[in-house]
Amino acid sequence: MLAESLALTAALFIIGVMGVLIHRNAIIIFMCVELMLTAVNLTFVAFSRFYGAAGQVFVVFVMTVSAAEAAVGLAIIIAIFRHRQTVNLKDINLLRG
Amino acid sequence: MSFDLSLPAQLSGALGPDLFLMGGSMLLLLWSGWRPESDEHQRSVGILSMALCIFTMVLVGYYAYEGYTANVGPIAVDNFRWAADEIFLIATVGTIAMSLDYNRREGITPGESHVLLLLATFGMMILAAARDLIIVFLGIELMSIAVYVLVGLNRRRERSAEGAIKYFLLGAFSTAFLLYGIALVYGATGETNFARIAGNIGKFHLEQNPLLLVGIALLLVGFGFKVAAVPFHMWAPDVYEGAPTPITAYMAAAVKAAAFAAFFRLWLEAFPSLLTTWHQPVWWLAAVTMVVGNLVALSQRNIKRLLAYSSIAHAGYILVALVVGTKLGSSAFMFYLFAYTMATLGSFAVIVALGARGEDRMNVEEYAGLWTVRPGLAVAMAVFMLALLGFPIFGGIGFFAKWYVLQAALQAPFPQTRLAVLLVVTSLVSAGYYLYVVMVMFMKPRDNKVALPEPAGGWTRAVVWGSAAVILIFGLFPDTIVSFTRRSAPGLTTDAPSGGVSASLPRSMSAAKTEVVALRYNSLPSRH
Repeated sequence: MLAESLALTAALFIIGVMGVLIHRNAIIIFMCVELMLTAVNLTFVAFSRFYGAAGQVFVVFVMTVSAAEAAVGLAIIIAIFRHRQTVNLKDINLLRG
Repeated sequence: MSFDLSLPAQLSGALGPDLFLMGGSMLLLLWSGWRPESDEHQRSVGILSMALCIFTMVLVGYYAYEGYTANVGPIAVDNFRWAADEIFLIATVGTIAMSLDYNRREGITPGESHVLLLLATFGMMILAAARDLIIVFLGIELMSIAVYVLVGLNRRRERSAEGAIKYFLLGAFSTAFLLYGIALVYGATGETNFARIAGNIGKFHLEQNPLLLVGIALLLVGFGFKVAAVPFHMWAPDVYEGAPTPITAYMAAAVKAAAFAAFFRLWLEAFPSLLTTWHQPVWWLAAVTMVVGNLVALSQRNIKRLLAYSSIAHAGYILVALVVGTKLGSSAFMFYLFAYTMATLGSFAVIVALGARGEDRMNVEEYAGLWTVRPGLAVAMAVFMLALLGFPIFGGIGFFAKWYVLQAALQAPFPQTRLAVLLVVTSLVSAGYYLYVVMVMFMKPRDNKVALPEPAGGWTRAVVWGSAAVILIFGLFPDTIVSFTRRSAPGLTTDAPSGGVSASLPRSMSAAKTEVVALRYNSLPSRH
């Protein structure tokens, strides 16, 4: 049972990583990061079957923190949208060199 | 006095300075929302924030002076923590002082910006204390989320918003790696407490457990992003350039120091018995970071980008102290953080003083002939550049910082001679860009088209002269700081199980050597 859950979470995590690396739209990248965090949460839940509640407590912390992160992140995405009328990272390229 | 961390009241007592800072910043948040936004109100919040930081510094000093200790628990009560806290608080006071002038010039009126700095500092203090993976995660996020906002503080400037989005996306990405690493380490050992992780690794012989090794690799990636070590450094130059200059100083000095403090404690307390496993990757991380950071910095002409690459290179030097992993290494680490923080803070204060509205005048060439118009600032900048370079006498403590890291590397039970040589060679390379800045300021003629910099604000000048004085005075008497960092060192190694790193180092190293020998001669049966 544990092996299957770990395989599932690893697959989810890798899908998230690939999404971040392939996509250029800030919103989609952010959703892929959330997918990675979901994979982590599932890992904690899977392990907490063996080790007790600590893993589940961790999941609650991760969910709370990622909600706070989403609030800040979406505000930043709106700020950049007001300047460029786009959230595509290909067009956001003032800083380089 | 020794705190019993299993009792909530005593746990709060052990977190005293941190909770004091957090409570005070909540009150300041109320105060900053009390009146409408204005420059005067922003300044009053900033000055109160500095006062709060200084009170917290005194409290931290009191805790260190009393020599409080604690049993094994979720947080550490030792000198390593107090020394790191003082460095973060000094950096915060300097940043707030710079922002007072910077915000007036750029027309940034929300007073909450100073409170966000305090909250980020609270996260750092938690990080320096963390002895549990949950606390590490909470500290990193508390720090990072506040800094995401601070990078995008000047939201009317497009570059600031662009820096914020890049920092946010890569920061969240790296946090996911860190968390997955934490999850796998928890899965392999069944614990989140550093000491118990180390205990379980020894008890159940998990040295070769694939789950644990993948977890450690992911943790290394996550921390690599946070401290901007090559190859995880791509975000740093863009974000450092886009962020408001005082925030750049804060990120280069305090955020990096905090990530390193947690990195150091986690590696030496939770995984001391896996030294042979993580030694090679961290060795390469240090070597590549030193080489790439210094070489790329040579081609930079924007002063903020130049210092961004320089801070990447310094992450490499600090990693050398981690590779060494001894008591001497951790004391050299703390000393280096102090010297690096003071020099970074000072050089960014000079950049704030010389900049013009709209983050203008950031090109090194525009500093040409500064000596003729602003001799004081030119001399101070020269001191900071020489300190970052590690030049004797004129570079003050910068020289001793590199000296102690080298000493620790060479005197370790398993000497890191090659890394030490690489450190010296790359430091020589770094003279190419540090001395270039000095040369431009003192030897090139003033370009008449470049407008004269406005007189610097009083607070910025105070940061410039304060950090220059600290660098030069402690450069003459480094012993005072060294003795404190020496005393701070044992906290890391004596509490670590299995006799600490220094004891386990030669044994595991010689074991690794015998394995190599066995592999090489495995055709000879007598060798087995």
